[in-house]
Amino acid sequence: MAWFRKEKKPRQPRRERLEIPADAWEKCEACGHTDLREKFVRNLNVCPSCDYHRRIRASEYLNILFDEGTIEETEVDLRSTDPLGFPEYPGRLKKATTNAGEGDAIITATGMLGGAPLNIGVMDFAFMGGSMGSVVGEKIARLGQRSLERKYPLVIISASGGARMQEGVLSLMQMAKTSAMLSMLGERGIPYISILTNPTTGGVSASYAMLGDAILAEPGAVIGFAGPRVIKQTLGQDLPEGFQTAEFLLDHGMLDAVVHRKDLKGTVGQLLRHMTGKPAATGWTSP
Amino acid sequence: MASAPVMEFEKPIAELEKQIDELKRLADGQRLDVGSEIAPLERKLSDLRDQIYKNLTPLQRVQVARNNKRPFTLDYIRLAFTDWIELHGDRAFREDAAIVGGWARLDGETVMVIGQQRGRDTKENLKRNFGMPHPEGYRKALRLMKLAEKFHVPVLTFIDTPGAWAGLGAEERGQSEAIARNLYEMAQLEVPIIATVIGEGGSGGALALGVADRVLMLENAVYSVITIEGCAAILWKDGKSPEMRERAASALRITAPDLYELRVIDEIIPEPPGGAHSSQEATAKAVQEALIRNLDELRKYKPDRLVRRRREKFLGMGRVEEG
Ligand SMILES: [Zn+2]
Repeated sequence: MAWFRKEKKPRQPRRERLEIPADAWEKCEACGHTDLREKFVRNLNVCPSCDYHRRIRASEYLNILFDEGTIEETEVDLRSTDPLGFPEYPGRLKKATTNAGEGDAIITATGMLGGAPLNIGVMDFAFMGGSMGSVVGEKIARLGQRSLERKYPLVIISASGGARMQEGVLSLMQMAKTSAMLSMLGERGIPYISILTNPTTGGVSASYAMLGDAILAEPGAVIGFAGPRVIKQTLGQDLPEGFQTAEFLLDHGMLDAVVHRKDLKGTVGQLLRHMTGKPAATGWTSP
Repeated sequence: MASAPVMEFEKPIAELEKQIDELKRLADGQRLDVGSEIAPLERKLSDLRDQIYKNLTPLQRVQVARNNKRPFTLDYIRLAFTDWIELHGDRAFREDAAIVGGWARLDGETVMVIGQQRGRDTKENLKRNFGMPHPEGYRKALRLMKLAEKFHVPVLTFIDTPGAWAGLGAEERGQSEAIARNLYEMAQLEVPIIATVIGEGGSGGALALGVADRVLMLENAVYSVITIEGCAAILWKDGKSPEMRERAASALRITAPDLYELRVIDEIIPEPPGGAHSSQEATAKAVQEALIRNLDELRKYKPDRLVRRRREKFLGMGRVEEG
């Protein structure tokens, strides 16, 4: 501790503070810390006080991982249909499209990371809970095909409650479809990195999410096959503290690393350099 | 065989059967010849069975698929295969009796048979966990598939599970990874794979044995992304009432004809009149015939072609719109 008194920052005059509109403030869902929204955003929506990783949109992950100005979205024309004639599905799709955008529950893109090309798919929890239906499977399959053709590494960032019930067994088959694509990448020695964010459960966790050559997760993310609610029901008792968190999975040998959002890009870059036989990044320091 | 509770829609069948039995007993006791009276009743019984089984609702099919008089994996092994020797364990954690596997012969040729195994009574269900595997069950299955590949032997799987087990240990030991790994490895296994859905094919826990060159399905089996109860509970907050369960069963399109139309399965194996539980022998014979025929076709493909076709088949699954 310093023996001298730190010079106090001049207090903001009260009048000026009042001029900041109320909606410029945000509150951390985990610890209640209140801060300027701008400060949350600058911190990649990680709470400055408790490090809680707030949920962000798929497009924000693209900005975090890709080099500036290199992002090119792919597979933009694929839309969900209602193959089963499932009750209320078209209405739900329409609502999800209005609220979350045209991309369905995943955005796929090609671009550069640290000057090297790669393909990235990012799931969007805002679109029907990141549920995996035919479009998610098809987008991943096509992105994988692009990776095969150009030998670009593949990264998928998951955020999903599982398969999309409204597409029935067709959504179940997307687990087999995406895994088949990954087996083709594996055969050709093309790296695939899986990043798990909150939550990654059900059919997504039981397919591509757990098949990475490296599997990373954001701190605190809930990851599992069965959702906590289902397990609680079968058990008839409360779950142990921290069960199914990223840290729990790391302890149980299911992940390679838990990585802070600000270190994602550096870590993915480092892993890919190792896996593609490239030299270490200049000026690289490990996170 | 232990008698299962009669399913509601089968009651007219059971009543007629009882009538015929009583008539026979009466005739035996009084040494009467009632053949001419019984014959029309038996014809009526057969018609009734056909009638009922041709018009099963999706929910009734779920009940038939879950019926515990239906042949299970070990029944098919007993009735359709010879020279069976069971193999145990995942070599990592423990033996999981919810999945059985081992060498057997189909039509004289060695095959690897792997399937979920349900129990008929409480004791066996405790041992077999109602056919709901833990990760080590899937890892044992994968070990046996790789073993089959090593010796160029086809893999035949039987799918019969409400789903993978949801519990603490299963999560701790990586249920997700175990299922995912099977999907990945089955997509590159260099021997023929045939999967047969014999009862309830429940979600990822079923699919973990289901990435096959041919997927066959018994006429009254079901295959679904979620249990009808789970679906109804999530969507309509009621997973118990018959109305909501029926609604979910219809909406999810889980019957064999539905899945054939959606191109998720390749063939429907007909069940004897009155369902698979009315004659295990006849059902096993139909399954045996279908397996032999499909395997004969698959044996023609070289390993790389087989794998390419299998991958193309699953890569083609799903419905999207380009727009
Ligand atoms: Zn906080």
